[in-house]
Amino acid sequence: MAKIVGSITTSHVPAIGGAIAKGLQQDPYWKPFFDGFPHVREWLAKVKPDVVVLVYNDHGLNFFLDKMPTFAIGACESYGNADEGWGIPQTAPFQGDSELSWHLIEHLVKEDFDLTTCQEMVVDHAFTLPMALCWPDQKWPVRVVPVVVNTVQAPLPSAARCYKLGQALARAIESWPKDERVVVMGTGGLSHQLDGERAGFINKDFDEKFMASMVDDPAWATKYSTAELVELSGTQGVELLNWMVARGALPEKVRKEHANYHIPISNTATGLMVLEPA
Amino acid sequence: MSATSARQPVPGTTIFDGEQARKGYALNKMCYSFNDAANRKAFVADEDGYCAKYGLNAQQRAAIKNRNVLQLIEAGGNAYYLAKFAGIFGLDMQDIGAQQTGLTKDQFKAKLLAARG
Repeated sequence: MAKIVGSITTSHVPAIGGAIAKGLQQDPYWKPFFDGFPHVREWLAKVKPDVVVLVYNDHGLNFFLDKMPTFAIGACESYGNADEGWGIPQTAPFQGDSELSWHLIEHLVKEDFDLTTCQEMVVDHAFTLPMALCWPDQKWPVRVVPVVVNTVQAPLPSAARCYKLGQALARAIESWPKDERVVVMGTGGLSHQLDGERAGFINKDFDEKFMASMVDDPAWATKYSTAELVELSGTQGVELLNWMVARGALPEKVRKEHANYHIPISNTATGLMVLEPA
Repeated sequence: MSATSARQPVPGTTIFDGEQARKGYALNKMCYSFNDAANRKAFVADEDGYCAKYGLNAQQRAAIKNRNVLQLIEAGGNAYYLAKFAGIFGLDMQDIGAQQTGLTKDQFKAKLLAARG
């Protein structure tokens, strides 16, 4: 049976793509962010995943506001990247596993998570950049299943619902009959706000509490409404919903393998965590 | 700071909800088209014609003409789609942040650094 070997949760700021393209990993501005990743790569070399299930929000590449699913899942043999309008270089395509995707769909719908299924799908920076941070040569050694959460257009799914989706996702993955190792990733956040007079809002205190809760008190953020999460973490900080799905996919007891936090990259407080089942 | 309400409880913040999504549909649809380089080029070549093609209303047209992010949000624009519009002019998120907060870019960067505490 398949086994979830751990989770990686990380920020996905588009500017990371520009920094990678320009080779700025050791530049003083970028170094505190990129220095978080060698340890993640060592961990990946140790746990050797076959599959990554990556939970993120699309920023207007695959989905427009004409059709905005609350939860969606890819069921493709391959996922390409494409121009998002500001010219960061595109990554090589990712190999999917439609058989696994349909297994997850069957299981999740049976558990009353009615996801939108996508047999054609392009993945944006929120998917490609975390993958490129984990595998800088961009020769992806894993198959992928993208899971998309609407963090763009309110009403958003609640943190509690996202956490439960993660729990159902774990049951779905663990019932996959192949003997495969799976990493669940969740991308976005942490606190940041791009829009309005409140642009530039960052809340270090909240981020630290949230990251601590990921280890010791995984349902902590579920006590907040999404509007409260916007107030506490910013209009885009609410992308932490993707972290909640990833965290839900791990058991209640976890071991913190690695963490990093840095203010700021672009307008964002960046967070990174690697958790393993305890 | 903008006024708060039950629907918009966070000061200085317009949560992009159904009301904004309806109000901003044409504007966001135009910005979505800027994923494609040929469309970015077509906008630059004939801004009036391009905006007319997407049916922007007068408020949206003026906000686009003014390159004014707060006005674009007021007109229903969503941050993720507006970022594609800003990309045409090579503006990054700190340029956008500075414009909305009435700061210089250096002042805005200092504000972000101050969040380290």
